[in-house]
Amino acid sequence: MWHSTLSLRNRSLMQTAGYAALLWMGIASSLVSGAQDTPLLSGGAGFFTSTNGGNTTYLPVVEPLIAVPIGPHVLVESRAALLESFFPKGSSGYDHSHFVGLTYLQADLIGSKHVTVVAGDFLIPFNTYNERLSPVWIGNFQSGPLIAGVGTMSTESGLGGMLRGNLVGSKKYAIDYAAYFSARSAQEQFQAQRSSGGRLSLTLPERGLDVGLSYNRVLQGTHENFYGMHLWWTPPGTALRVRSEFARGHHAQGYWIEADYRTQAFGGLNSFVGRIEPVFRMQQTFRRDTIVSDSLPFVDTQRADFGLDYNLPHNARILTSYSRQFSESGNRNIWETGIVYRFLFPAWKGR
Amino acid sequence: MRLRMWFCTMTLVLATSALVCGKPMSGQAQKAAATMHSDPSEKDGAKVFQQQCARCHNAPEGFSPRISGTILRHMRVRASLSKEDEAALMRFFNP
Repeated sequence: MWHSTLSLRNRSLMQTAGYAALLWMGIASSLVSGAQDTPLLSGGAGFFTSTNGGNTTYLPVVEPLIAVPIGPHVLVESRAALLESFFPKGSSGYDHSHFVGLTYLQADLIGSKHVTVVAGDFLIPFNTYNERLSPVWIGNFQSGPLIAGVGTMSTESGLGGMLRGNLVGSKKYAIDYAAYFSARSAQEQFQAQRSSGGRLSLTLPERGLDVGLSYNRVLQGTHENFYGMHLWWTPPGTALRVRSEFARGHHAQGYWIEADYRTQAFGGLNSFVGRIEPVFRMQQTFRRDTIVSDSLPFVDTQRADFGLDYNLPHNARILTSYSRQFSESGNRNIWETGIVYRFLFPAWKGR
Repeated sequence: MRLRMWFCTMTLVLATSALVCGKPMSGQAQKAAATMHSDPSEKDGAKVFQQQCARCHNAPEGFSPRISGTILRHMRVRASLSKEDEAALMRFFNP
């Protein structure tokens, strides 16, 4: 997604216009909304390096997010990605490419806890990575899992409508759902495939468990089904998080499991030691046939990622990792380092 | 053979996780938590934050109270928060 070369000028103009419109709506809404409902500007700015098979790529990136409440029940939100990639050019020198694009732009109409209607360009609710962990200021690793593209239609977003909310629940459990339909769109900023699907998940908050099933179907060209399953475990009273996903497409399947931990034994999470966050992720992909309609590797692949993150004060985070990838096309080492700053402030003065 | 190796590693990770979880929060951390959140409503908010928000992301280090309502509305859509959870978090953000 990031490495596409696109018309920067057209995209920038559209985005500037889009954000200006959002800000205008924010200014207007802040005059009628409560004192705590000021539009916000959030996101992350980072600088990453990745050395893969001996080639080092440098990647400065900014991911702004704007959220504008309108009245008591509506929220307009959008996230964009702006990045420049510097990569080796043959045997000498470096070349670069840029990408500026909307990740999503959606309006949420919050009816009740059972139903929220989402319209616009939204992140496809398949498994958990796309919606929850893909922001640059959240992910524990610089690179996403190998199966991130399965079930998300290669565009990661759909253009249409989605219903989501809580089916039933109490303090001990909650069953949530998300169901969407996306139309086909070739518009540069809002590319989407005609597809439909959803996710059903069960959360046990007191046990720190979150289990879910996802299903998507492509409704254009060759109709294909995608199945997903996720299992998250965040044991209460600890800063351990274990997350995992499995995804199966028509031609390939795979899984990942990730664990991260911060100790509270040496003065709490905000002590020097408590800010250190070791991370481990293991992933495998399996190709079921030689037809490629997803973003998975062409051959069966195993990969282990060993990360060490440091949560600096003032919302900055250092990410480092070493990965060893095994596949029939050759084994390789991948070294990644980066620093991310997360910003979060009012977009408008408000009352 | 390689598959077996990977599944062994996975089992090891899960076993380590189980051991880590078996160890309760340190007395110091418990005391700090109790001191920080002595108000029952704040305790509820802290619990909701731990259960609903911290499973995805770390807590941002401070933000303007003027955007707390907007943050909650954003997260209500993402995490299907109930009204009670939203109210508890609002009290937690604005003690």
